[in-house]
Amino acid sequence: MHIREEKAERHTLAVIVDNEPGILARIAGLFTARGYNIESLTVSEVTADKAVSRITIVTSASPAILEQIVAQLDRLVPVHKVRDLTAEGPHVERELALVKVQGTGDHRIEALRLADVYRARVVDATTTSFVFEVTGGIEKIDKFVELMGEVGLIEVARTGIVAIARGRDAA
Amino acid sequence: MTEKSGADILVEALCDLGVEVVFGYPGGAVLPIYDALFRAARDGRRIRHILVRHEQAATHAAEGYARSTGKPGVVLVTSGPGATNAVTGITDALLDSIPMVVITGQVPTALIGTDAFQEADTVGITRHCSKHNYLVKDPAKLGPVIHEAFHIATSGRPGPVVVDIPKDVQVATARYAKPGPIQHKTYRPTVKADPRAIEQVVDMLAAAERPVLYTGGGVINSGPAASQLLRELARITGAPVTSTLMGLGAFPASSPQWLGMLGMHGTYEANHAMNQADLVIALGSRFDDRVTGRLDAFSPNSRKVHVDIDRSSINKTVRIDLPIVADVGHALEDMVRVWKARQHPKPDTRDWWARIAEWRAKACLSFPDSTTEIMPQRAIRALWQATHARNPIITTEVGQHQMWAAQHFGFESPNKWLTSGGLGTMGYGLPAAIGAQLGNPKALVIDIAGEASIQMNIQELATATQYRLPVKIFILNNEYMGMVRQWQELTYESRYAESYSDSLPDFVKLGEAYGWKGIRIEQPDDLDAGIAAMLDHDGPAIVDCRVAKLANCFPMIPSGAAHTDMILQANEVSGTMDDEAKALV
Repeated sequence: MHIREEKAERHTLAVIVDNEPGILARIAGLFTARGYNIESLTVSEVTADKAVSRITIVTSASPAILEQIVAQLDRLVPVHKVRDLTAEGPHVERELALVKVQGTGDHRIEALRLADVYRARVVDATTTSFVFEVTGGIEKIDKFVELMGEVGLIEVARTGIVAIARGRDAA
Repeated sequence: MTEKSGADILVEALCDLGVEVVFGYPGGAVLPIYDALFRAARDGRRIRHILVRHEQAATHAAEGYARSTGKPGVVLVTSGPGATNAVTGITDALLDSIPMVVITGQVPTALIGTDAFQEADTVGITRHCSKHNYLVKDPAKLGPVIHEAFHIATSGRPGPVVVDIPKDVQVATARYAKPGPIQHKTYRPTVKADPRAIEQVVDMLAAAERPVLYTGGGVINSGPAASQLLRELARITGAPVTSTLMGLGAFPASSPQWLGMLGMHGTYEANHAMNQADLVIALGSRFDDRVTGRLDAFSPNSRKVHVDIDRSSINKTVRIDLPIVADVGHALEDMVRVWKARQHPKPDTRDWWARIAEWRAKACLSFPDSTTEIMPQRAIRALWQATHARNPIITTEVGQHQMWAAQHFGFESPNKWLTSGGLGTMGYGLPAAIGAQLGNPKALVIDIAGEASIQMNIQELATATQYRLPVKIFILNNEYMGMVRQWQELTYESRYAESYSDSLPDFVKLGEAYGWKGIRIEQPDDLDAGIAAMLDHDGPAIVDCRVAKLANCFPMIPSGAAHTDMILQANEVSGTMDDEAKALV
């Protein structure tokens, strides 16, 4: 017997939650307990009184499971609302990465040239290294990191995706 | 307003919430609360505390109390092992949607995270087995949290809520005032259905040729009015009614429209009706795997309507054509009202009932009777015969005896059938019977048990003795973990790995040691007299009813099979299964 897997789609969810202790564990635990995927998860307070947090989750699942994920998140007591940004329409997704490269000579020049193409900023430099700050969609960052691999990449830190719907209305 | 200790605030809040009974067990981290209970009782504000013998039993007793009264069950246990012992019952209440509030003591806030004596991460451990939980670090928040906990436990889809209170918060002081009605900022269950959906389901019911009402525990949770409305809907539409294990009693078993339970050990007629239906209306039921059998063969030609207060239950395993998120009682009321307002005539379902009559003719619950040994099914029927006029409350443990009770004991009204359906917790029945007896002092309460399950919370015999609760235990003793043995017969060519109940105690002497009356029934001819002796005893009584050792529970849908592939008798069992079926629970 072999275990079958269903075809998955990648979706980005915005989960607006009450900022109470344990809320992140509640959400992350729901995903592990029910066997859902998390590709990326970011969380931050988003109101002046720090009472509400916004969690952005990128997940892969079949359409039926995605419907379950939204319903399961929505029934957690501290959850205000859950929006499937991918299903609802056009939205902006951004991620920030800090990328450290080490090298001298041509590698160093090439790294700077590529950084310029990708609109990455130098936020730290020594005579043998740079730290670049780059923002963009997942594919752009993946590509930039891949290119840096050829010019002395030694370390990457990524924030994970944050996302917001296009247009004038709030989620 | 003067300040009170957290422990006094807790007790006052429980009084304000109308709590009459608390099931608990003291320990270091809840001593201030026990002292507050003691002082409140001395001052005439008495909450009755029932001292169980194990914290798991406190949770099941609270479930039994809740399920039989409709009120939330309340549990009070200490930190560490007190809380971890309660976890099974908390999970049980979550799966069966039982309203319950569990108060756990915790080490003082300054010691949290230091691996202190009797410290466990109670909110961490119970986060995913409770509907919601709290760690209260400020006595001023304790009152509002307790009121909110009861609101969450009892509204929407009911469930267990855990409130963890560090010992220093029980001692520190703050002000407390009884809050008004709770308007929670994020938690607002949908109670009333979308009127357009109600119109649609009424249209569908009126047009259906082969409808089935598939009801579940939600009808019971919604309150007794929902059961009455279900009867009314069935009457005016003429539709047949089946139910899950959790929903038994919502519709009377004596009604000609009753098909019996559906699913793995459901009746032939209920499962075939589901298979052939053109319209299935799920009312407070959740398409559990025990109900659906093989999903791709489940009710293949029907349109499906699902009424559930929990949106996540809808489309979880079975695709639904018309979802209705609402309290099932409210939805039933709306359906009946719209049906009557439109003056729909009762649909002509004669052809449908004729087909059902053919399935019923199989007499799927018949069993080979014996004059030399007691058939377990016969024992259940004899128990029903002797007690049904008193409308007893029946609790069960988990296994064959539970399914035989569900099949052969007819229930006429809600809140009379208490069983661990979702989690399937052996050891549930005795403490649940204790809780039910406390909530219904005049009722006849019987735990139908197996000899293996009963041993999982046997220590609670003492609790019943202490509080003079006249609960009855009726053990179908076949000296096997019968359902395990049955599956080994079906799947593993009768290799009985560890399913024999060896070294059994003498249940009669055991009962007597705890101050119970002990009765043994060994011969079919002694069955009625033994049951009568149990009923005549005005205190607790335990019956060791020796039944046929190798009887199996049929009908049965084997793992991974469809509703139409039922096994009706033992001679249809092949003894092996393929790996796909073996991998299913």
